[in-house]
Amino acid sequence: MTTVHGASLAVVAPGLHTTIQDRGRFGHQDVGMPVSGPLDDVGLRLANALVGNPPGMAALEILMQGPTLEVAAESVRVALAGSGAGIEVLGEEARVVPSWRSITLRRGQSFRIRALADSACAYLAVEGGFAIEPCLGSLSTYVRGGIGGLHGGALRPGDNLPLRFDAATERDEVMLPKTPDLAPNRTIRVVLGPQQDYFTDAAVDTLLSSDYRVSQNADRMGFRLDGPILAHRDGYNIVSDGIATGAIQVPGSGQPILLLADHGTAGGYPKIATVISADLPVIGRRRPGDGIRFAAVTVAEAEAIRQQEEAALQTLIRRLRPVSEDAGIDLAALYSQNLISGVVSGAE
Amino acid sequence: MAVRFLPSGDTALLVEFGAAIDRALNDRVLQLRAAIRDAKPAGVIETVPTFRSLLVHYDPLQTTAADLTRAIEALLDHRQERTRTAKLWRVPVCYDLRHAPDLAEVAERSGLDIDAVVSLHSGTRYHIYMIGFVPGFPYMGDLPERLALPRRTDPRVRVPAGSVAIATTMTAIYPIESPGGWHLIGATPIRLFDTRRDSPALFSPGDAVLFDPITDDAFEEIQAATEAGTYRVPCEETSP
Repeated sequence: MTTVHGASLAVVAPGLHTTIQDRGRFGHQDVGMPVSGPLDDVGLRLANALVGNPPGMAALEILMQGPTLEVAAESVRVALAGSGAGIEVLGEEARVVPSWRSITLRRGQSFRIRALADSACAYLAVEGGFAIEPCLGSLSTYVRGGIGGLHGGALRPGDNLPLRFDAATERDEVMLPKTPDLAPNRTIRVVLGPQQDYFTDAAVDTLLSSDYRVSQNADRMGFRLDGPILAHRDGYNIVSDGIATGAIQVPGSGQPILLLADHGTAGGYPKIATVISADLPVIGRRRPGDGIRFAAVTVAEAEAIRQQEEAALQTLIRRLRPVSEDAGIDLAALYSQNLISGVVSGAE
Repeated sequence: MAVRFLPSGDTALLVEFGAAIDRALNDRVLQLRAAIRDAKPAGVIETVPTFRSLLVHYDPLQTTAADLTRAIEALLDHRQERTRTAKLWRVPVCYDLRHAPDLAEVAERSGLDIDAVVSLHSGTRYHIYMIGFVPGFPYMGDLPERLALPRRTDPRVRVPAGSVAIATTMTAIYPIESPGGWHLIGATPIRLFDTRRDSPALFSPGDAVLFDPITDDAFEEIQAATEAGTYRVPCEETSP
């Protein structure tokens, strides 16, 4: 491992696809630069709140399989949110620290993020954030463009993530008052359009009444959905126009594609509907094979839902409370993780 | 055709002026973009101009689609001729065959000789309708009708950065290496997209472009100067 000066987290193992994400790179979509940012903006904001950061600070976005990291600083306060996977502290004081709380680790300690079983993504925030220069005003990593993050890509073994703080501040560890609902079965609400008039009425009915599934063809750019095809009324080409995150575009095959954080800024396929902003974090957490059902709402309803969700999130963050001593080891989390990893049977 | 306001979820509003690729429609798009820039309606995050519509991205916690629609309608109603600034770029292009793998085929299919293709392509002033596909990729038109060809049936997996290409009624420059289905008829040594600049894209939608044919030697010289940071692309203010 290369020698670095200053505090850092050393990447022992990078995980499946771990990237640095803040809330996104805005202001350059007019020249074709995607926004990027988190798949689950709520998870990012909760992780930051738990370590006392502003909500938009860059954190690690972890997909499916988490990284193993080693503390190369006097100490660092971290928190995992977005999934109940928990943090496994390795070495002499090995234990599982549950998600949704902060924990301070000391120099030389290693920890690994457990496999995600309840979400596609999780967020590991560090108190004070990373000491990395932003690119076009953002630390978000846009891997296809080789832009942002540490070196424009996902974490690699041997990377060192420089930290802004050399040591954690003196304060109590905090936890959420209750585990947030990840809404794995929630019906995903959409606003029809902007081009639903390019589709037959039957296609719109099919979208809103069928069981879809996230296909294996899923990444930060979007999901191809398995399920009934959607028939276009006439052609399937439109003169390219701008794309919002959550748009469901339908190419000639009729197989819908749900566009996520790294989607292109403009495109030439008609978009039958767009996922509402309150449900974008929910859809971002779905994994290949997970089911999706859609329901239509009006824009005004979408706006009201978003206000409610935002108020609920702010309330949750206001109610962060000190971690009680006996919460250091969460037996329930340990138990569920063991069941998932198959280390012990339920009978033991 | 009346202006249509189409919701893109609850975070973006599509303001559509028509259905075609048309210079007059695109001018209205760019005019609205400039008006929104000046008036700064509450909640607007950024706008994305495309051929015939403007996508207005907004924060639904700061405004509503209804309020934003009213604010934009007011800007459309009180349309004043504003003096939009645009730039005319003179882009050096080498049309030597080593940089132009599809030039001979384009000449054959359009029934012209290679020199005629080059003089048609470089003798036209192009308008940048929009930038997209990949960061910094300018859609420029309109191409002389003789050169209009459909996209390649067999897209390339890798098109080198700087490739100058044509397809349908448009010409473009690939700013970064990427897949691509357009016909490659030349290359420019200039850098169209650079994230170290505050404005990463050299061009803006609405700018004009002229291609200036250069020799292979000049290509090498400008490429070296670009890498050294000493080359400036010739540019002047123009009226759009």
